[in-house]
Amino acid sequence: MRRHLTRAGGPVWLLAPALAVFAAFWLLPMARLAAVGWSGPQGLAAYAAVITDANYFRSLASTVTLSLGVTAVTLAISSVAGVFLTRNDFPGKRWLVAMLTFPLAFPGVVVGFMVIMLAGRQGLIGDLSEWFLEDRIVFAYSMAGLFVGYLYFSIPRVILTVMAAAEKLDPALEEAARSLGASPWRVTRDVIIPGLAPALVSAGAICFATSMGAFGTAFTLATKINVLPITIYTEFTNYANFPIAAALSIVLGVITWAALALARSFAGSTVSAAA
Amino acid sequence: MRRGARFWLQLGLTVLVCAFLVVPVVMSVLAGLSVNFFVGVRSGLTLRWVFEVWALYADTVYRSIGVALACLACTLVLGVPAAYVLVKRQNRWTRAIEELLVLPIAVPGLATALALILFYGQLGGFRTSWTFILVGHVLFTLPFMVRSVVAVMAAIDMKTLEEAAASLGAGFRERFFGVILPNARPGILAGSLMVVTLSMGEFNITWMLHTPLTKTLPVGLADSYASMRLEIGSAYTIVFFFMIIPLLVAMQYLSGDGGKRQGWNRAR
Repeated sequence: MRRHLTRAGGPVWLLAPALAVFAAFWLLPMARLAAVGWSGPQGLAAYAAVITDANYFRSLASTVTLSLGVTAVTLAISSVAGVFLTRNDFPGKRWLVAMLTFPLAFPGVVVGFMVIMLAGRQGLIGDLSEWFLEDRIVFAYSMAGLFVGYLYFSIPRVILTVMAAAEKLDPALEEAARSLGASPWRVTRDVIIPGLAPALVSAGAICFATSMGAFGTAFTLATKINVLPITIYTEFTNYANFPIAAALSIVLGVITWAALALARSFAGSTVSAAA
Repeated sequence: MRRGARFWLQLGLTVLVCAFLVVPVVMSVLAGLSVNFFVGVRSGLTLRWVFEVWALYADTVYRSIGVALACLACTLVLGVPAAYVLVKRQNRWTRAIEELLVLPIAVPGLATALALILFYGQLGGFRTSWTFILVGHVLFTLPFMVRSVVAVMAAIDMKTLEEAAASLGAGFRERFFGVILPNARPGILAGSLMVVTLSMGEFNITWMLHTPLTKTLPVGLADSYASMRLEIGSAYTIVFFFMIIPLLVAMQYLSGDGGKRQGWNRAR
């Protein structure tokens, strides 16, 4: 009887509109993209080009290195700041947290502009270095600038994730460890970091995937920075090399998707719960 | 409690991180309001650049608002019913569908955009209209709406609520609009704010999909950073800040502390 009451007009069809839009505008176009990838003169080998072609491989290698570096530095800085903000109360804390939240809504282009403000030709670091070292340091329009930009983008996100995870940690565990004579470093290594591990894995994977695929920041800083999204963009727009652009973007998509899926299998459901 | 060296070191790092995030924002606001950024604020404050931005780019602001609202309408119509089914029928199939719908944010926007261009690029009227951009935004924001509504619907006891309504003779339509939607309101609101904010700032997909006549705000920003003087780019950035601040404040207000802010994780 109960079943009958609530299942009446079984609402599965309510999924249909979303699925139809998704199929028409994402699945079918993606299938076409994959097909275009092997439609060129090289055929299916276009997919291997990211390994076999020295230029594309350099581009892939530098993108992976950059993303791993960004992920490592972001996790280190954000864990310290995130745990600190959860565990300590002090005047002005709310302001610090509010400041951390503001850049969350910045698109990549605006982040790129922030890097120009810091390290561009008329930037702050240039002014300061000219003042103190009599040498203008400008690094915004290079891989270093991109690195700083991705840090700018990732740090607020990861700090908030760490704060949410740290709030759920049981302080009694740390106290127990401390009362048994563990040093602050051992408490961090053996209690706090394992407790945060699932959140760190999922936040790290998201940070890595975002850095791999982001386009706006690199585009604002310089279209000559050799990262995979820029390479794809150049192949598509400047050389109209559709097969290679398609194959490279499928490869890139598989990498970012795999990174997220892998993290989820390690960290349980937190990765999907995050978004 | 006495605070040791560790406290001050960690506080120092945290303050440094905040400075790293906030200083460039302050600099760009000052740059957009000063007569000559190279000379600095000493050259005087002016709204001249803001007015110039408005004269050059007002259409991008209106277009971005229009696209964001249309995107919101689409994600509400597509996403809320979908979320309802995903919560109500939890089985292998619905889980797979949930996974599928998230793909547009697991894969770089550039790939989604290229795919759309290769598939629909020949449809002239569609390719050059703002609805082409709308499609990209809907794909990218729909997962956020679905997740946000699913989270709330999973937390309320929909089954009991629906059974109570059904036992009183309410048909499906009445239950959905009269019982389910009002109870899912916090999730719908949070999802809506997220969708509008993300659509307003979307660049990766939009840059590939736009035409000279369908520029959105972030596209115009990239354009001004590349080809205008620094003061104009900065003033334009101020306009962008003004548009997102109310959304961020509303989000903060809704989510209280922690919790839903995590939705930002996957936003690019």
